[in-house]
Amino acid sequence: MSGAAPPAQATAATSPTSPTPRRPRRGAAEARAGLLLSVPFVVFFSVFTAWPIIQSMFMSFTDTRSRDLRTPFAVNFIGLENYARALSDPVYLKSALNTGIFVVVGMPLTIAAALAAAVALDKGVTRLRSVYRVGFYTPVVTSIVAVAVVWRFLLQPDSGLVNTVLGWFGIDGPNWLGDPRTALGSLIAMVVWRNFGTGMVIFLAGLQSVPWQLHEAAALDGANAWQRFWNVTIPTLRPTLLFVLVTTTIGYLQFFEEPFVMTRGGPLNSTISASMYTYQQFGFGNYGVASAMAYLTFVVVALVTLAQFRATRERD
Amino acid sequence: MFNAPRPRWWLYLLLTVLLLIVITPFIWMVLGSFKSQTELLRTPPTWLPEAWTLDNYQRLFDRLAFSRYFANSTIVAVAVTLGNLLFSSMLGYALAHLKYPGRNVIFGAVMGTLMVPGLVLFIPQFVLIVNIGLANTLPALVLPFLVQPFGVFLMRQFFLGLPAELKEAGRIDGVGEVGIFFRIYLPLAIPAFATLGILTFLGSWNNFLWPLVVATTEQSYTLPVALALVSTGQNQTDYGLLMAGATIVVTPVLLVFLFFQRFFVEGVATTGIK
Repeated sequence: MSGAAPPAQATAATSPTSPTPRRPRRGAAEARAGLLLSVPFVVFFSVFTAWPIIQSMFMSFTDTRSRDLRTPFAVNFIGLENYARALSDPVYLKSALNTGIFVVVGMPLTIAAALAAAVALDKGVTRLRSVYRVGFYTPVVTSIVAVAVVWRFLLQPDSGLVNTVLGWFGIDGPNWLGDPRTALGSLIAMVVWRNFGTGMVIFLAGLQSVPWQLHEAAALDGANAWQRFWNVTIPTLRPTLLFVLVTTTIGYLQFFEEPFVMTRGGPLNSTISASMYTYQQFGFGNYGVASAMAYLTFVVVALVTLAQFRATRERD
Repeated sequence: MFNAPRPRWWLYLLLTVLLLIVITPFIWMVLGSFKSQTELLRTPPTWLPEAWTLDNYQRLFDRLAFSRYFANSTIVAVAVTLGNLLFSSMLGYALAHLKYPGRNVIFGAVMGTLMVPGLVLFIPQFVLIVNIGLANTLPALVLPFLVQPFGVFLMRQFFLGLPAELKEAGRIDGVGEVGIFFRIYLPLAIPAFATLGILTFLGSWNNFLWPLVVATTEQSYTLPVALALVSTGQNQTDYGLLMAGATIVVTPVLLVFLFFQRFFVEGVATTGIK
């Protein structure tokens, strides 16, 4: 902590007023200022973040419903019943499975696309670099609702652009969002399209610390580009990779807006996600069950994060 | 030289194809917003509109109070951004440079919530907003987002990079402890403000679920909520109307982004590296 750094008086030889006798008063003033500067954030944080975390845990052990809205504490304690109900609900299990598929397929694709784009931009090209970079990042900053509206139009079975382009190659494109076999895949493709720009930007920054002399040495030893990528670039990028891995996974575990806007979870629940089903339970007024489901997601997020940190650390 | 390998044509080809895939939906959206409904549904589709029309925008503004939603989105995003800049930088500075009781507890609590899923907070926040009578008001869209852990993380990181000697110098000059923050450190934080400000503004502008649930009267709609409701209602196959709506939602953000893209890239990169 730099707050503990001793005052460097070496240069101020003309003003040898030692701070020692005034230390206690200054410490008190510093503490007062620290508290004063912290209060506004801490107040809002307590009301809108810290307390809700506690309250929803409480709710997850009770039979709270929407009619208890005004008396959130006059409810019955029912132990783990909400969790049991969630875990025995076939639709919830289906939504958890969809979320799992989404993470397991979508996350590696996103990271691969992000890394490929970053490496190509970092060393492969010199011109138009910022045009590509800005272009790839554009979907990240645009509203999901607008993006969803546009993609629904692109994925239309008859006059949609995607099927038209496939038609040029003689492929008869399916009804992407209307067919349970292709709906989840379509959403995954859209999410990769939308998110790989974030990873790319972070990788681009991480690539700045790759030691290119080492690359040069490896090349002299006869390593080809692919070997150099695996044995020099990837090990240096490890902290960056871990960061992107963790944040992408956390984000995808809460996959919500795409199915909510594009498919409403259908057809036949083939795209319903855990977060979306949780939200539906909230909409039905089942606050207790919804809170339990939200906490289940929280637990998975925490476990996956821990596991990823562990796995990456052990390999070092 | 090895450091600057010869650019390869196939890399340009690959990147250009990827770029086309990424931005074609946006081009398609803008072009589509100027096409008539019959042209939009034609097979095979046309690229450029055969007959450019403003009819979609006309209908959008006739049927819906889009200027109202635009104002709501702007007010909410500006308020959220200002709150985050002020409160996050105050706490970020205190955590980085001041010693006071409770500092470690506050830091731990705030950082501990960085990965809490939004849905965990959602229901209690909703209950609270309804119970204090703020449902369907703009403050309901601002208050829960006024402070966010990410901002503290970013600002603390930034202030840690500024020398503690500035503080000593201020003390010698007789500036008060709080004054040292506002008059010495805060003006130096402008670059960090640019990054945090833009990220927060866009996050708020694009925020969807919370306003959808809390702002259920037309008076309080934000742009994404209005667009979502149009796109799922009776107009859901009126693609011209939807493309025009999407264009209006996306354009201001794209302009902000193109103008300030340097700060985004730096901000996102900084958070990833540290």
